[in-house]
Amino acid sequence: MEPFVRITAIAAPLDRPDVDSDMLIPQRFLRRPLADGYRNFLFYNDRFDANGKEKPDFVLNREPYRRARILVTGANFGCGSAREGAVYAVVDFGIRAVIAPGFGPFYAGNSYQNGLLPVVLPDECVRELREQLHAAPGAEVTIDLPSQTVTGPDGRQYRFDIEPSRKERLLAGLDDIAVTERYAAELDAFERRHDAEMPWLAHLDFGK
Amino acid sequence: METPKTMFEKIWSRHVVAQRDDGETLLYVDRNFVHEGPFYAFDGLRRDGRRIRRPLKQIAVSDHYLPTVGRKSGIAGIADPDIRTMIERLAVNAREFGVPFIGIDDPRQGIMHVVGPELALAQPGMIITGADSHTTTNGAFGALAFGIGASEVKHVLATQALWQRNPRTLRVTVDGALPKGVTAKDVILAIIAKIGVRGGSGHIIEYAGSTIRAMTMEQRMTICNMSIEAGAKAGMIAPDETTYAYLEGRDHAPRGDLWNKALAVWRTLPSEAGARFDKEVALSARDIVPMVTWGTTPEDALPVTEKVPDPSSAATADERAHIERALRYMDLTPGLPLVEVRVDRVFIGSCTNARIEDLRAAAAVVKGKRITVPAFISPGSTAVKRRAEAEGLDRVFLAAGFEWRDSACSMCVGANGDFAAPGERCASTSPRNFENRQGRGVRTHVMSPPMAAAAALTGKLTDVRTLS
Repeated sequence: MEPFVRITAIAAPLDRPDVDSDMLIPQRFLRRPLADGYRNFLFYNDRFDANGKEKPDFVLNREPYRRARILVTGANFGCGSAREGAVYAVVDFGIRAVIAPGFGPFYAGNSYQNGLLPVVLPDECVRELREQLHAAPGAEVTIDLPSQTVTGPDGRQYRFDIEPSRKERLLAGLDDIAVTERYAAELDAFERRHDAEMPWLAHLDFGK
Repeated sequence: METPKTMFEKIWSRHVVAQRDDGETLLYVDRNFVHEGPFYAFDGLRRDGRRIRRPLKQIAVSDHYLPTVGRKSGIAGIADPDIRTMIERLAVNAREFGVPFIGIDDPRQGIMHVVGPELALAQPGMIITGADSHTTTNGAFGALAFGIGASEVKHVLATQALWQRNPRTLRVTVDGALPKGVTAKDVILAIIAKIGVRGGSGHIIEYAGSTIRAMTMEQRMTICNMSIEAGAKAGMIAPDETTYAYLEGRDHAPRGDLWNKALAVWRTLPSEAGARFDKEVALSARDIVPMVTWGTTPEDALPVTEKVPDPSSAATADERAHIERALRYMDLTPGLPLVEVRVDRVFIGSCTNARIEDLRAAAAVVKGKRITVPAFISPGSTAVKRRAEAEGLDRVFLAAGFEWRDSACSMCVGANGDFAAPGERCASTSPRNFENRQGRGVRTHVMSPPMAAAAALTGKLTDVRTLS
């Protein structure tokens, strides 16, 4: 996993709230191997018409946003399904961070697993950022993970919260399994006790 | 005296493997469900040279990609090579990693959130994960059950545990008797319409109150199933005699001494009197009427007796923008009575509403009548299908003009290619009305099985209570 430390990049404003999993990547592409490039399926129904031709008005189809590496959007981004393809598509497009007033129940968790930084800022701050981006298309935003700050085009800084463990893993590009392996002894001991306490859960006898 | 605890706190604390200073908890997982979708997780294990820590705490069920017609010819009969590969790949992964597997020709096959409860793979007090947002269905048994993405699936497969942060708790209390024609689907749609699609955000919901207590397990499953549509990670209902009666004797329920031991633990689970929830919401069942969605998120639900909302009456600019966009997509005019909205097609199926009681309720509406628009039924599981056939429901549906298909996720999500035609308007018993979910430009109206059956008869959104 690519570590995340600091980026300064073009940020694309996407104004609508409740961007759902099916918008991010329609179900029919989830049977495709990752090698097909999930960036091609990102926002498919909004980016392409019925003949597969680009819709010129969609933000990520317009210059300079085709090169955006940060997305600034509305509340509840990525709501709906647990499909991780909704993160793979964003990451494969080149986006490294999404700034929103909030995320759907799975989106932030799935993002961390793939080196995508979900930044939660208050609604009015996100709105302010989007307004600046609309006013000056191609303006850059800086996200610095060590200091937990977003710097807008006007130089204004916004501090964001992140769980220390998440931050540590993103900075190091570590995945969760590597961290969990440090708890092998605790896991073994817990499992023995738990299986003894609730023996009916210890094994699934599937008879095959 | 100890502080009274919620059911959630009791289940959570029983599963804490380790806790970090920053509050992150390593939680043990009792059961993990996978379908064809998260193949990335198995690929990842293979890439890392890892095995599954506890293969017999997993269960793989083919549901998303299975066809609902032509199943007799098996996997070989599936025309689309990508879909066939998805189905075969799950079978190969299950075999290679030693995971119990329910495939296309297994009599236990069905949608995993229907099959799990049927086989008593979901039980009170468990932590259950699944590679699907509607894993919340299992919370109906007094379990903490939630969906996870493919990377977390890989983590659970490798470690049987998951890093989580303590969520907040929300209790939704529904009291009173359900009026005639009002179902569990109407109750959960009314809840989501009240609290919104972000109302459960960051929370675990516990559903309580006399309405919930009086519900069957199948109704409770419909309620918990849609917790995710309110933005909640999970929904749960305290186990009681209804729960135990449902579980006893099912395939994987504990037996003999173990049953008694399990029962003793399960009886300690319900939230204690005076337990504190971070948020409380209350509804009166008496006020709930049959609901339909008019827009593109599950909170866009109204009593069927209402009219299409007017953006100019929105309370905020954001709400106004949402209504305008939703009405544009849905091709609806403000002020139009909902019962005047014509539909092109009806789908009765999905993990929300395709259990035997749902099919009975739909059959009761169409018995002896003819439907006027194309409609099909995909039962929640093969067992539900067989049971319905034993009760003669298939003949009722066929005589009315429905197609009677096999069990899969089907037109809820379209993974198997079951889509409505572009731009069609579909009355659906599924949980979600997102744009393009049931096909390109397809306009989905979510409702209960009897309401969907009524729409099939009239070709319009219809108040099932007005049918003679």
